[in-house]
Amino acid sequence: MRKTCKLEDLDCAHCAAKMEIAISKIEGVLEAKIAFMTQKLTIEADEKDFDRILKEAQKAIKKIEPDCRIVL
Amino acid sequence: MRRKDKKQLIRIIISAISLGIIVAIDKLWGFPISLTLWGFDLFPLIAYLIPYIPVGYPVLLSAGKNIAHGQVFDENFLMSLATIAALVTGEYAEAVFVMLFYQVGELFEHIAVGKSRDSIKSLLSIRADTAFVEDEDGNLDEIDCEEIKVGDIITVKSGGKIPLDGVIVEGRSSLNTVALTGESLPRAVEIGDEALSGCINEGGVLKIRVTKPFEESTVSKILALVESSAENKSKSEDFITKFARVYTPTVVILAAFLAVLPPVIICINDSGIWREWVMRAMTFLVISCPCALVISVPLSYFGGIGAASKKGILIKGSNYLDALSHCDTIVFDKTGTLTKGVFSVTEIKCGEGVDENELLSLTLASEKYSTHPIAAAIRRFGEENSYAPSPEVSEIEEISGLGVKAQYQGEILLVGNDRLMRESNIDVETVSPGVGVYVALGNRYLGSLALSDKPKDNAKTAISALFEQGIIKTVMLSGDKENEARRICEALSLNSYRAELLPSDKVSALEEIMKSSEKLCAYVGDGINDAPVLARADVGIAMGALGSDAAIEAADIVLMNDNLEKIGDAVALSKRTRSIVIQNIAFALSVKALALILGALGIVGLGIAIFADVGVAVIAILNSMRNLK
Repeated sequence: MRKTCKLEDLDCAHCAAKMEIAISKIEGVLEAKIAFMTQKLTIEADEKDFDRILKEAQKAIKKIEPDCRIVL
Repeated sequence: MRRKDKKQLIRIIISAISLGIIVAIDKLWGFPISLTLWGFDLFPLIAYLIPYIPVGYPVLLSAGKNIAHGQVFDENFLMSLATIAALVTGEYAEAVFVMLFYQVGELFEHIAVGKSRDSIKSLLSIRADTAFVEDEDGNLDEIDCEEIKVGDIITVKSGGKIPLDGVIVEGRSSLNTVALTGESLPRAVEIGDEALSGCINEGGVLKIRVTKPFEESTVSKILALVESSAENKSKSEDFITKFARVYTPTVVILAAFLAVLPPVIICINDSGIWREWVMRAMTFLVISCPCALVISVPLSYFGGIGAASKKGILIKGSNYLDALSHCDTIVFDKTGTLTKGVFSVTEIKCGEGVDENELLSLTLASEKYSTHPIAAAIRRFGEENSYAPSPEVSEIEEISGLGVKAQYQGEILLVGNDRLMRESNIDVETVSPGVGVYVALGNRYLGSLALSDKPKDNAKTAISALFEQGIIKTVMLSGDKENEARRICEALSLNSYRAELLPSDKVSALEEIMKSSEKLCAYVGDGINDAPVLARADVGIAMGALGSDAAIEAADIVLMNDNLEKIGDAVALSKRTRSIVIQNIAFALSVKALALILGALGIVGLGIAIFADVGVAVIAILNSMRNLK
């Protein structure tokens, strides 16, 4: 399934591209896309993995842009 | 301005003022005190740290955090390294200036991005999140739209937005569809008419029976479409993010060589030479920041998509906007796209000894129940010219694809196309131009009616506008007869046409056109029966899609109304966006390349380097935002 969430305080376009790559590498993620202008993160993955993936995605995001948070 | 930005602004002001004071003291009078340690005066360093810390501290902190996370080539780190090196080598004022300017650029960038995000949001603030529902006592309760079910009756006050799609059950009004279609002409509605969410009720109070849940209502769909458009990235966007990924590490490595190699070769023991080359390397670090490049491209496309949605043109991604700018051929569907899609009777020819009244009354009676558009057109013509259907026609039977068969005074009455007549061995005089409806009673030919579809009023100007936009070929696909297709094609000055196509032939016809065109090919249709063609084209444009889910689904670009001139607008916008993107990329790359060369030669220092980074970003952002206006 696909899920879209908002990214708060996503300020750096280059970081968004880095985050996209980092999140794509999380186990179970089929596709991850970040739209910098709309501050949206879309993840495609199996439903049962979602909670874990979102936690790992938040970690990956923090590493790249410390202020940026996933808002559901 | 967000709180975060305000804090940053305060830091910048403090830093700028204190820098000014300290530079003035330093240059005009010299520092009065000195603090010598190992034969080195520490006082200027301490003095310059006063303006450095407010702007430098957040950058240093993020740099530290990111290094701990393994993010080495990050902007914060590059800026920290460059400014610290400048401080260590005694270029105090430059170090502060670089950090200050970097922060100004960042702030500007955030404000600009925030602004354009807001302008898109306000553009899309066409959704009402609550609806009014009357309770038993006649009071209006404000209820969250998501809780409203299909079949509920909602009340929309005068001046209010229609929150959910529905049908009007009480009241009459005019609806302003400008938010959906970009067209400001209000639409008059009354009981039984459809009311689409996103329209503004400009007249009296309306009661609407909801026909679609909130998330499936028109306005929610449009919002979802525009918001997800940023995910479909264009090639230029991909190029620039990939480029940035290689560019930054490459420049940093070059900087490392630049700092070490020349001093080692020239004179390893001369501290002056070391200082010189380390500073040159630092200019490289400053120039290596990728953000100016990376931000300007999506910002330009986003501006283009935003400006388009203001005009009722929804674009599903920057890749499609880009593709449209590369189109040289536009293929049109005929009926409903180039033409009004409404047939009207243009000529009546009676057979020998038949009067018009007799011909019409028999035709009208036979076509009384048919839902075919031709039948509807004949009935409309009958009403307008007050012909009455003959009551003696009975046993009406529709023969699919041919016409109608009925009984009249004991004889067989046939009303239909030339094939129906041929099958019954009746000679007819073929109607041209237009579509012919022939009438025969028994084996006697009574006459014919010619019907035709008219081009839309602005079709011709819209087509010539496309040629002005650089489209070199326009082609029409039609299911009509050769002569009818040619007539429309000539009337609209299209380059060519393909006639007598079955719906299933249209895809292969389009493919042939695509093969023969040099660049890309767009297809414009109504999305109702040509979804496969829309999907096959390089860019599929659906017209008059307001309220049609199938069209919105199938197309890449959706025109909310059926105004052909919007296609020219979309093409113009795509070209403008494309040229802004190219300008930004070319400008940023050439300034950076120039700054790198001059920096390596020692001609420019950190001050110019920071301009190559921040100044370029600011200019590129301003350029991108032109599109939103």
